[in-house]
Amino acid sequence: MAKPIALECRGITKTFGRVVANKNCDLEVYKGEILAILGENGSGKTTLMNMVAGIYYPDEGQIFVDGQEVTIASPKDAFAYKIGMIHQHFKLVDVFTACENIALGVEDEGRYRLADVRRKVIEITQRYGFVIDPDKRVADMSVSEKQTVEIIKVLYRGADVLILDEPTAVLTPQETDKLFAVLRRMREDNKSVIIITHKLHEVLSLSDRVAVLRRGEHIGTVNTADATEGVLTEMMMGVKVELSIERSEPKNPQERLKVEDLHSVNEEGRPILDGVSFTAYSGEILGIAGIAGSGQRELLESIAGLHQLTQGNITYQDPKTGKTENLRDKNPLQIRDLGVRLSFVPEDRLGMGLVGNMDIVDNMMLRSYQKGRGFFLHRREPRDLALNIIEDLQVVTPSAATPVRQLSGGNVQKVLVGREIAAAPTVLMAAYPVRGLDVNASYTIYNLLNRQKEKGVAVIFVGEDLDVLMELCDRILVINAGRVTGIVDGRTARKEEIGLLMTKSKEEGVGEYGEK
Amino acid sequence: MENMAKSEKKNTPLLHIVKRDQGTVTWYYKLIVRAVAILAAILVSGILITILAKANPIEVYGSMVDGVFGSSRRIWNMLQGVAMLLCVSLAVTPAFKMKFWNIGAEGQVLISGLACVATMMFLGDTMPTALLLVVMTVVSVLAGMIWALLPALFKAYWNTNETLFTLMMNYVATQLVAWFLKAFVKNGSGVLTPMPEYGLPVIGGKAYLLNVLLVAVLTIAVYVYLRYSKHGYEISVVGESENTARYIGINVKKVVVRTMLISGAICGIAGLLLVGGTNHTISTTTVGGRGFTAIMVSWLAKFNPLYMVLTSFLLIFLEMGSQQISTDFRISSSIADIVTGIILLFIIGCEFFLQYRVVVSKNRKENVK
Amino acid sequence: MIAFLVSAIRLGMTFLLGSTGETITEKAGHLNLGIPGVMCVGAACGCYAEYMYFTAVGSNVVPVLAVLIPLIAALLGGALMGLLFSFFTVTLRVNQNVTGLAITTLGVGMSEYIISEASVIFTKGSKYFTAALPFADALGSFGKLVFGYGIFVYLALAIALTTTYVLNKTRVGLHLRAVGENPATADAAGINVPLYRYAATCVGCGVAGLGGLSFIMDYLNGNWEYCVDAIGWLAIALVIFTVWKPNWAILGSIVFGALYVASSYIPGVSFAGKELFKMLPYVVTILVLIVTSMRQKREHQPPQSLGLSYFREDR
Repeated sequence: MAKPIALECRGITKTFGRVVANKNCDLEVYKGEILAILGENGSGKTTLMNMVAGIYYPDEGQIFVDGQEVTIASPKDAFAYKIGMIHQHFKLVDVFTACENIALGVEDEGRYRLADVRRKVIEITQRYGFVIDPDKRVADMSVSEKQTVEIIKVLYRGADVLILDEPTAVLTPQETDKLFAVLRRMREDNKSVIIITHKLHEVLSLSDRVAVLRRGEHIGTVNTADATEGVLTEMMMGVKVELSIERSEPKNPQERLKVEDLHSVNEEGRPILDGVSFTAYSGEILGIAGIAGSGQRELLESIAGLHQLTQGNITYQDPKTGKTENLRDKNPLQIRDLGVRLSFVPEDRLGMGLVGNMDIVDNMMLRSYQKGRGFFLHRREPRDLALNIIEDLQVVTPSAATPVRQLSGGNVQKVLVGREIAAAPTVLMAAYPVRGLDVNASYTIYNLLNRQKEKGVAVIFVGEDLDVLMELCDRILVINAGRVTGIVDGRTARKEEIGLLMTKSKEEGVGEYGEK
Repeated sequence: MENMAKSEKKNTPLLHIVKRDQGTVTWYYKLIVRAVAILAAILVSGILITILAKANPIEVYGSMVDGVFGSSRRIWNMLQGVAMLLCVSLAVTPAFKMKFWNIGAEGQVLISGLACVATMMFLGDTMPTALLLVVMTVVSVLAGMIWALLPALFKAYWNTNETLFTLMMNYVATQLVAWFLKAFVKNGSGVLTPMPEYGLPVIGGKAYLLNVLLVAVLTIAVYVYLRYSKHGYEISVVGESENTARYIGINVKKVVVRTMLISGAICGIAGLLLVGGTNHTISTTTVGGRGFTAIMVSWLAKFNPLYMVLTSFLLIFLEMGSQQISTDFRISSSIADIVTGIILLFIIGCEFFLQYRVVVSKNRKENVK
Repeated sequence: MIAFLVSAIRLGMTFLLGSTGETITEKAGHLNLGIPGVMCVGAACGCYAEYMYFTAVGSNVVPVLAVLIPLIAALLGGALMGLLFSFFTVTLRVNQNVTGLAITTLGVGMSEYIISEASVIFTKGSKYFTAALPFADALGSFGKLVFGYGIFVYLALAIALTTTYVLNKTRVGLHLRAVGENPATADAAGINVPLYRYAATCVGCGVAGLGGLSFIMDYLNGNWEYCVDAIGWLAIALVIFTVWKPNWAILGSIVFGALYVASSYIPGVSFAGKELFKMLPYVVTILVLIVTSMRQKREHQPPQSLGLSYFREDR
């Protein structure tokens, strides 16, 4: 029974500035097994594996390969120890073919001949049952094909330990099944496979053992055969944290924004939004939960007029006149000209919401620079606004003339949220507004959103921390792979329930558009 | 992080480069770095000239200053030089601020000059002077705008590479001028006799005064346009981040085309001043590389028209000073280009010290244990 | 007709060398607008070396040396300019466009200075460069068209073909292209990105330096002219015209050469009309630019990170 240990981590600690990513983590993986590393977003799974793959260097701790202590300081070192990692963001050259990408950086003996590379690639594909055209350009490939190329690349370099970071996040269920078949074949071939994931059903169906990480710490490793969803969820989520965000009952909720059957596709023609429908009411906070990249960003951007839809309707109901407007296929300016007061705090603060090199006053003007008559800018109002926001939200800045790039993350966000709220919105959308913020700044943002809700604004909040969503939101919409898998009541929902909805595959999710 | 880890294992490089946090760069640090760069460049070029000319360095620098400030005529030449270079630099600045690499100012100015000269030649006798001046201005500005519009349209709608497009347009303009001179100069020499009778009026008895004044007004106008107008604000947003521009609903295509039209129009004014206000004739080298030097002027001044007065003065000072040296010490006049090239490289290179910091690598082995 | 083609090919080879040099540089992700300056310096260094050699040996000229010495000088001169460019763009990571333009200014100035220290007539040396194979004339017009050239034509062809081979068929070429397309990926694969960029730029500039020399020694038969930089801009245009493929550039360069010299060989073109003809290569390049950008075909696009500096810790 006792299989030899292929790779072992002992007491690994890694900090980034003041943030502790991993704390004293122990982990071992045997030859010929599939180990799942389970944890929520930000629990330190990827960081830990990046240290094994040579991307980061641990602050403390040791790594053993085949019982020998090793120093892995670069991806090249990792390859030398036959460790290969398939990252979530593929590192491929678009204009190269699969073969060329695979051959990249490999210093084989003898002359470089593409024909030799191809032969070896085909050998690997046949051995593990991959389906790939070695002469296809990466640019013409689907995401799943690109992933296959990444896996072959690692195998081509002779890796015995394969680490896959959220490999199924971008795959369809069918593609996932194929990938799992390949991974099982690798296990039979006595290779060690580590799969980073937060999807419980995958863990249960694929892995031999599960290591659970929570907030950077290794909580424990269990045999999959002995585990149940309940046990794993508890290990993953931990005890519920009391956040004590004040939450009032929605007052006089009225239909404000109705979204019906939104569809959109990416450049490759794959669906991003796949029939999203919901209604946002005034005086409530609607939370949106889901695994990163499930279509949350595109959903908000399509409402804001920044993302092209292929199908669907967005209807806005004016609180004063009761008139309705269809917002589909209108750009942000046209939406504003309709008298729709829609504010949007995008995920990318300095790349979209603000201009980093401009000062606070000029950033205030982004939304309003066209106001006022004539050819010239009117800086008085934005300056007053900037000063108000600095005072009200306690933005720490040398002056209103400081470029926002120089502010800390929390202060940047205060400036952005402050500006969007100053427009007296009737709908306020915020994507990951507390990401990277410390506790105090986060609470400032929660309170701002709550105050808007009390004023009768329809607030849409995309978050990643389920505890926060459950404390803050009146309803939580769960989205997975561009589909709504459920809408639950924020007051009564259980965390496990939301977690399951987040990972629910497409087939199960159909037809569940719970309304309040 | 990766670098540090890597360096620890292998030959532990002594120096490690990290990006500077722009928040910590103070204005006086910037000033000092640039001043040091300019001084170093002047020092290096001084040494170079001293070696090449086998002369006393003090004399070399003296000759340089003499060449620029030595007489009232030289000062006027300097002012004229600064004005013309500044004018072209003003033209490229709005486009550059938008991150549109317009290296076609050379051609845009030249084609305007050609339009101007053609007007002077063919319409000079047919209308009163005042009307002629108006026609010359309109025609020059239009020509510059057309030359700028073509690459702008293709950039906006098909994302055609503007650097190469505008570069090629320069040579199309040059060949058009060459053709014009050979086709329409009656004596067949290809050299057009100046026509001062149709030129811009001379004011205050100084040939270049009008040019200098007009460019001064233009400098302030461009400064105000970029800093205080809604258009200028849109240019900054598009240049900083197209995503943000989209987010607030700016029509990026429109801004690109409009800004290039303005760039082209200012090039047209430069062409008018060079041909109608200065040379009263044209040749293929009338613009004389100003279109390229202007890019440096604008970039070095961080696209601020007021600073550009200083940077264009710096370049003109070097150019005229080096020319004086070449006469005084009988060395090739190409020394001016060499000195300009050296100082440009020094100033460009000093950007590194503003963007990055070189730190001595810590040996992290102890920490790791 | 034969004379026209011969002339087009001789000029074309200057373009070919220049554009092959620029292609090598661009494949590594460097848009080097300093190529015109580099070609000037290459030409000037080559000519100066020839001048020195002739002054040193008097009448005892060894033909091989008379060719080899200028070639090496041009190569080195160009490569040194490339080194300068790389130092600024790779090590100091400053803007490539601005650096390139400054290099051009510097290069033009340097070449003029170097020439002013020597002479402007190198016809004696030029003879060794243009000497054709002895049996060329005997084979009639075919012989003239195929064997009737000096060393530069064959050298340029060899360099262009070798470059194509290296880029497409060797590991070095694969890595080089990866560096230009996606330096982060190349870096992650263990490729030394700065080294490749330095090397490619220096080699490319060396080849372009040869191009500058070929213009003076071959096409102009040893009469120095202050217009090497204009040829350099056309060489950059040729890179786009032939969509970053040196083997296509062989044909492209002849087309450019033909367009450039056509006016002298087409009967009935006026003195002025010639100038309009010289406009053709530029206009054609613009058209190619437009067509390629409209078609958006992947294989006809410039390297993806062309013009961008790479700093590993930028993510």
